[in-house]
Amino acid sequence: MPDETTSKPDSKRAEQPESKSAGEEPRPLTPMAIAAPIVGWLVPGGGHFLLGQWGRGLLLMASVTSMFALGILMNGKVYTFNTGDILDMLGFVGDIGAGLLYVVTRFMDWGRSSIDLATADYGTKFIVVAGLLNVICAVDAYHIAIGEKP
Amino acid sequence: MSLELSHFSAALVFAFFTSIVFGVTQRSTEREQIRYGLQCFAFFLLGTIAAGWAMWLLRH
Repeated sequence: MPDETTSKPDSKRAEQPESKSAGEEPRPLTPMAIAAPIVGWLVPGGGHFLLGQWGRGLLLMASVTSMFALGILMNGKVYTFNTGDILDMLGFVGDIGAGLLYVVTRFMDWGRSSIDLATADYGTKFIVVAGLLNVICAVDAYHIAIGEKP
Repeated sequence: MSLELSHFSAALVFAFFTSIVFGVTQRSTEREQIRYGLQCFAFFLLGTIAAGWAMWLLRH
């Protein structure tokens, strides 16, 4: 007697790769697909501007820049590359997601290197999250550039 | 210049901007984007209020 529990999933497994490869064709990597996420990372919303998505770009630019600026105004901490603390390094990864905003902030010496107030801790989170949101924006620009999203 | 927001207003501002980015990036059509953005904002707001009450209950 054939074992139903093993035979059914096997047949499904055999069908899946065929249907997936038939339905999804590999998308060509265009220069725009490379440029859009890079510009989007450097300038919040810039990737969307490059693709002619002005409305989306403006909303993303306003949101990410406002969050970052509010974090600075709340005396949030701006992380640096290597302080030896693993949490600081993770904070740096979040901060650097903001692209040129982070570079300008470091260059102008804005923000704090340590936290004095509870609200300053919120500011630190605002800065980190602004960077992480900007990475999402850059990925979204890539998806639009390759035609995965209208 | 320094800005001092209360806990709740900081959470509201955070929810507002984050919801905009989520709405724009996670949905395709304009209608869906607005709907999803509002949904995210509502969840952030309700989550903040729920967390506040949870902390109050833990303290008392």
